[in-house]
Amino acid sequence: MAGLRARRARRQRVFRWAVLSVAGVFFLLPLVAMLEFSTRDGGTWSLLADWPRLAATYPDLAEGILASLGLAALTTLLMLVLLVPTAIWVRLRLPGMRPLVEFLCLLPLTIPAIVLVVGLAPVYAWVNYLIGGSSLTLTFAYTILVLPYAYRAIDAGLSAIDVRTLAEAARGLGAGWTTVMVRVVLPNIRSAVLSAAFLTVALVLGEFTIASLLNRTNLQVAINLLAKSSATMSVAVSLAALILAFVLLLLLSLFGESRRARR
Amino acid sequence: MATVSDRPDPPAAKPRVRAGSLLGTVPFLAYVAVFLIIPTLVVVVGAFAGDGGFTWSNVAALGEGYILDAFARSVALSAVTAAIGAVLGAVLAYALVTARPGGPLRRVVTAASGVLAQFGGVTLAFAFIATIGLSGFVTVFLRDHLGIDLYAGGVWLFELPGLALVYTYFQVPLMVIVFLPALDGIRPQWREATESLGGSTWQYWTRVAGPLLAPAFLGSALLLFANAFSAYATAAALVSQGNPIVPLQIRGALTSEVVLGQQNLGKAMALGMVVVVAVVMTGYTLLQRRTARWLG
Repeated sequence: MAGLRARRARRQRVFRWAVLSVAGVFFLLPLVAMLEFSTRDGGTWSLLADWPRLAATYPDLAEGILASLGLAALTTLLMLVLLVPTAIWVRLRLPGMRPLVEFLCLLPLTIPAIVLVVGLAPVYAWVNYLIGGSSLTLTFAYTILVLPYAYRAIDAGLSAIDVRTLAEAARGLGAGWTTVMVRVVLPNIRSAVLSAAFLTVALVLGEFTIASLLNRTNLQVAINLLAKSSATMSVAVSLAALILAFVLLLLLSLFGESRRARR
Repeated sequence: MATVSDRPDPPAAKPRVRAGSLLGTVPFLAYVAVFLIIPTLVVVVGAFAGDGGFTWSNVAALGEGYILDAFARSVALSAVTAAIGAVLGAVLAYALVTARPGGPLRRVVTAASGVLAQFGGVTLAFAFIATIGLSGFVTVFLRDHLGIDLYAGGVWLFELPGLALVYTYFQVPLMVIVFLPALDGIRPQWREATESLGGSTWQYWTRVAGPLLAPAFLGSALLLFANAFSAYATAAALVSQGNPIVPLQIRGALTSEVVLGQQNLGKAMALGMVVVVAVVMTGYTLLQRRTARWLG
């Protein structure tokens, strides 16, 4: 039995390294190729680091980068303002409504972004009419897109603590509902809120479908446009955006690890 | 995915639902109504709207050759990449579970999978253009050093085979993420039990582990299918000629200025997509529930 197990462990080790090597080559090759492609032209990366020159050379790209950064910030803010109080409130006061809220939050998973665009066009005609056609109005659509991921993160955070007892204790000591949410519950789900925010930023930085079809500019739309004038530059920006998303999500996963470790 | 089990709330303080409590959910519900429910209704209503009110003609137009072809190609592309992604992803996930749990290897690969599964859209299209495009890294290397011409049979990267290859790049990591929890549910004791009873490795996989993992595997494959079926950005950035798949057909209908009334055809196609994805996701949820019962 012991010999059998040792033989199996050895076989598994060979199998593991064979599979991981093949997968590693397949998944790293495009990234290496991007690096090679974007360094063929010497000035590309230094141009990317020199913001005034970049803005002068590729005004569309500069506009797209600023729009995406603004969208990431606004979407995160709107998502938090909308979702966190609702999730806490439903847990505390309206447990009967939890299935409905959960259903609504997960619904965007069933509706592809391209379909959402079709239905959003008339809604956005009104948004344009009321507050203008700035790219930043995409925040409204993006907040819907991130609902499933943000909800899962925040709901998991709330499940990990005893919200009701905490709230009752605070209420018993004379705290109002705002105090309960901001000073009692929120600090306890800090890491969940942070992971919801990271996911939101990563998703917004990568979004193309809605922006492109509603004729707004964001980072991905600008990159796609850039490809027509400078392939090298568009690959360089793609790689830079990817690395940024990579760092964000890596931070998120490290954060998730430490949270689980603590529990 | 639904791994978080909710602790049931203590029944002691039974909340009375008052109008004041309901007010707390109004901002959220109003927001979701305007930016999610109304758009969905616009699609559904528009699919059945014509010049003079209700009509079946938009939905009937889905039966036209070029739209049916687009749906067939979309389904085929999604099915093929879901199958490839599911098999390769499952193998990769199994390779990971044989490693020490919580070890650095597993942590790194899981984190990388999370990133790569999200890494879609335009960036991914350009990554592949830089790799195996006409002047890509691999293309040039193969041509100059080994005399192999990747594109002897035509520039397939910008057609369906290219899409299939690029989709695989995000399908495999997604499979690793969704299938890994199921593999973790398999207990080593079950293998030991099989061995004590004289079972071979083959018998263990076909009689014990295989049937237990089947619902999780099928469910994950369905999720991959829905993922590929909904994907738009990669195809939009890669394919510039023709609209081979449904999302690109919808783009065509939305941006068409030649034929008016195409808008409602676009809504009919969008409705068709929702139906497909909703059926697939329902299947996913059911299989997921079964998986949770056996392996949770």
